[in-house]
Amino acid sequence: MFSESDITALLLTLKLAGISTLVLILFGTPLAWWLAKSAWRFKFLLEALLALPLVLPPTVLGFYLLVAFSPQSSIGHAFESIVGQPLAFSFTGLVVGSVIYSLPFVIQPLQNAFIAVGRRPLEVAATLRASPSDRFFSVVVPLAKPGFLSAAVLGFAHTLGEFGVVLMIGGNIPGETQVASIAIYEHVESMQLASAHWLSAALLLISFCLLVLVYAANPKARVLRL
Amino acid sequence: MRQTITYLIAYLLAQFSYSDVFAAQVRVAVASNFASTAEVLVAKYAQLSGDQIVLLVGSTGKHTAQIQYGLPVDVFLSADSEMPNLLEDKGLVVDGSRQTYALGRLALWSKDPQRVDPNGEVLTASAFKRLAIANPKTAPYGRAARQVLSNLAIQPKLIYGESVAQAFQFAHSGGAEIALLALSQVINFQQGSYWLVPSELHSPIEQQLVLLNDVPAAHDFIKFLLSEQALSIIELHGYTRPAATGYTRPDQLEND
Repeated sequence: MFSESDITALLLTLKLAGISTLVLILFGTPLAWWLAKSAWRFKFLLEALLALPLVLPPTVLGFYLLVAFSPQSSIGHAFESIVGQPLAFSFTGLVVGSVIYSLPFVIQPLQNAFIAVGRRPLEVAATLRASPSDRFFSVVVPLAKPGFLSAAVLGFAHTLGEFGVVLMIGGNIPGETQVASIAIYEHVESMQLASAHWLSAALLLISFCLLVLVYAANPKARVLRL
Repeated sequence: MRQTITYLIAYLLAQFSYSDVFAAQVRVAVASNFASTAEVLVAKYAQLSGDQIVLLVGSTGKHTAQIQYGLPVDVFLSADSEMPNLLEDKGLVVDGSRQTYALGRLALWSKDPQRVDPNGEVLTASAFKRLAIANPKTAPYGRAARQVLSNLAIQPKLIYGESVAQAFQFAHSGGAEIALLALSQVINFQQGSYWLVPSELHSPIEQQLVLLNDVPAAHDFIKFLLSEQALSIIELHGYTRPAATGYTRPDQLEND
């Protein structure tokens, strides 16, 4: 049914999606907050830039990342001299790639949720002497909960389904960069169709269960209704 | 909430500083067509050596590109001689390490056990609608397949797979009735019928290896690959053994 390497690939996929989602929520929240509140004239430029992964072919993004991550480039070289291990063809490289690739899927629901909260609750909280961070964590976060949920689920699911970027920058290293989608491709290439079926079914089931959980827990929330 | 975030950040930092370094691990980039043979060889090698061999399966073209961008592999088992040659020209391989480990053979295959006759007359008589081959631009077996067709002076209707693996899928799914494939793909496949294409009909498909990292464990594995024991396994999987093992001069390898 599942070979040892298939299970490794599945666990690695979940780990990649989980870590990428955490990073995305941590960095995406302040960014989305700023985008929702800022009145900067050229904000549209940044918004267009952040939405690019929605429309770019993954191979384009993957190719640029491949070039940027290589030890010959300044980014790849700087990373290697600071961290001590190369960025290209590493798990860390995949996390960086996934974060960029899934960024719009996290930013946009958060930004919309923050805009929907509006000024009023914050002003009320301020008159009750809530500090700025208290206002954010005690007022905005609970009110924007559906937005956080959408952002996390979309970020996770989108990373789970990643293929093109990983194909370019992963290198198919078992246990480090061989995620489930790549393992499926390899099984099909080598005519191991039974293994490909099992692994595909596993991904399908995981994705479906994830979405069922979210919809069941929030029957009225605007999750995944973009 | 803030405490949770602190924990998350700590967890992330722990993830990023994580690295798995094994004692003697050899990473081998292997061409898709040789992957199943390589798995058998690795299983055999595990009985002889404690070193761990990790296989990275992929197309030779992709591997060649990725090696130039720093793919961390010690040995590269290519599907042709051209890509190792290119890496050698760029100074990315250990001097003198390039050598042929197997000669590929072509086979005409059909899923139908009666379709392909022992003399391959189905091909010469053009008694079929569509023939699947690998893309001659990127796949060495596709190039060889095209040479066979021009040597037989036939111009059948072709469908091109991205690789021999895809050409196999076309023939397996019925998209093409017959396909010119690598013998290694069909020799141990329990279905269908095949004809071994005479090697005079195409230039030799020399599958070469190169050493990329001068480490003892990688040397040991290459030595094993070229040993009598390994070569007989390679032969069982549908390859011809190279004429002589050892360093081959580049001018003897031009085949295109």
